[in-house]
Amino acid sequence: MSGHPSTYEPKYGATKWMDQRLPIIRMGADFMTYPSPRNLNYWYAFGAILTMCLASQIITGIILAMHYVPHVDHAFDSVQRIRRDVPYGWLLQPMHAVGASMFFFAVYIHMFRGLYYGSYKAPREVLWIIGCLIYLVMMATGFLGYTLPWGQMSFWGATVITGFFGAVPVVGESLQQWLLGGYAVDNATLNRFFALHFLLPFVIAALVGLHVWALHHAGQNNPIGVTEKTKADTLSFHPYYTVKDGFAVVVFMLVFAFFVFYQPDALGHADNYIQADAMKTPPHIVPEWYFLPFYAILRAVPDKLAGILLMIGAIAVLFVLPWLDTSKVRSMRFRPVAKWFFVIFLFFCFILGWCGAETPDNIAIKFGMKDVLDDNGAVIGEEAWGLNFTWLSRIATFYYFAYFLLILPVLGLVEKPKDRPESITKSVLGDKAHAAAG
Amino acid sequence: MSDAHTAKAHGETVDEDKRDFIYIATGAAAAAGVAALAWPLVAQMGKAADTLAAGSIEIDVSKVAEGQQLKMLWRGKPVFVRHRTPKEIAEAEGTDISKCPDPQTDNERLIAKPDGQLDPRYLVMIGVCTHFGCIPVGEAGEFDGWYCPCHGSHYDTSGRIRKGPAPKNMEIPDYKYISDTVIKVG
Repeated sequence: MSGHPSTYEPKYGATKWMDQRLPIIRMGADFMTYPSPRNLNYWYAFGAILTMCLASQIITGIILAMHYVPHVDHAFDSVQRIRRDVPYGWLLQPMHAVGASMFFFAVYIHMFRGLYYGSYKAPREVLWIIGCLIYLVMMATGFLGYTLPWGQMSFWGATVITGFFGAVPVVGESLQQWLLGGYAVDNATLNRFFALHFLLPFVIAALVGLHVWALHHAGQNNPIGVTEKTKADTLSFHPYYTVKDGFAVVVFMLVFAFFVFYQPDALGHADNYIQADAMKTPPHIVPEWYFLPFYAILRAVPDKLAGILLMIGAIAVLFVLPWLDTSKVRSMRFRPVAKWFFVIFLFFCFILGWCGAETPDNIAIKFGMKDVLDDNGAVIGEEAWGLNFTWLSRIATFYYFAYFLLILPVLGLVEKPKDRPESITKSVLGDKAHAAAG
Repeated sequence: MSDAHTAKAHGETVDEDKRDFIYIATGAAAAAGVAALAWPLVAQMGKAADTLAAGSIEIDVSKVAEGQQLKMLWRGKPVFVRHRTPKEIAEAEGTDISKCPDPQTDNERLIAKPDGQLDPRYLVMIGVCTHFGCIPVGEAGEFDGWYCPCHGSHYDTSGRIRKGPAPKNMEIPDYKYISDTVIKVG
């Protein structure tokens, strides 16, 4: 998986013997000595943090699968049993549930990092696309997993999401019932969701392997986006970045631990502690927080199929981003105009998340009060008026797509970038660079 | 094997026809095998025999009082049997359906009794919003019918979509009157 010439020399008889038969030690050694740009900041530690998250989810997930019962009559109770009766279940179940949120939290930072520093540009397009694929499989895994505790939000979330397939013209209903294995979300659905939820993390692990391979082959991007030219521009992955990443992982785990130990349910929804009931819809269905922006995009359109297509488009546009951004400059540090459009993009992503959590008809931004009239025109009270969440999400959705389809393509052609440093070393050491390089 | 090697060594020609036959026969058998196996792998996801079998229920509509709604689970979905008030019937029949997203008269949403008469009092429909499958709340919304709390779809007293993102009227299940007051759904 390493793109640099191997410097590994087997020292002992056994390692020499192994190196001729399966050079797996060499692969590990080359991985650890991979020359990484010397200017990576802490935003670059989220790759390691995400690896830790995936490992944590797989380990806790396999343990939970040993105690969980994927049946509509027992699923809800079995999760409660894990939390109350299974030794250390009180720790392992929240680690998995909170872990899902932490995983998405880290992946969003990782993605915004990539957007800001232009990590999707040549020669890293495939690296970026594999990353988008990982995110897509993560979303599927997260959704499937949320169904398993069989609470009200599990059930109704599954009903709404599988309803998307029903919107496909002509074959929609057949397709939806084929996915559900019945007329509605039921035992057959729960069983297959469990099987797929178990499978997909290993698909993610395989994709992560390809992601790292592509990273090491194309070379790592860095905050200034200038490709390394000399040995002085790089540092060995170990010990420099194993320690830096390790420190970031520990800090991240403090946040993780805070939620696991003190707020294990803060990131979930209280309604999921009510067992699934096919006869009663919760008054306010919301997905997990990490899907809220896409939920807002879905609801921004008054048409079912159009809403779904727009939501799919919001993810699909990420895959073609390398060809939408026309600027040759990678890092936004040297793009004085694009930087501000990026900040606005970040702002509207939060706005979309907010809209996704609220009732569409409610007022988001109050402009003032207005009189409420009865049928005869007499004033009977007053109410707030202003921009409601539907319109706010429309504005934010418009900007989301405009950023990718309009701003980045046009800006790359008209923006005058700032001068970039000659080399990474020069950007780090300034005028002392010559002495260091010599 | 050794014969072929010997033949080649002596500069004789390889029987290309024999090779082609083996390639094509193997390829064809593999393709047919993959196709034959793919179908069961796909079809197993569909509705199982027991799911299909648990398909019908009988409901005595006379037990539903005026202004009341009965909710029965049928094929994993709720069926609404609403005994409508005269006001609700009048609203349902008096609607100008040309403005409806999914135009249907109230009578088109009812099924005749054995004697051929329609009983507008009893509205039987699948109580599932046609948007994303939530269960609408009764006696709510801007048209006095049903309101879906998920994404704000308003249905009238005939279960027709009038406002909001849902594309269609609430579905009328496949049912028939097996006596004057008992219906069989499915």
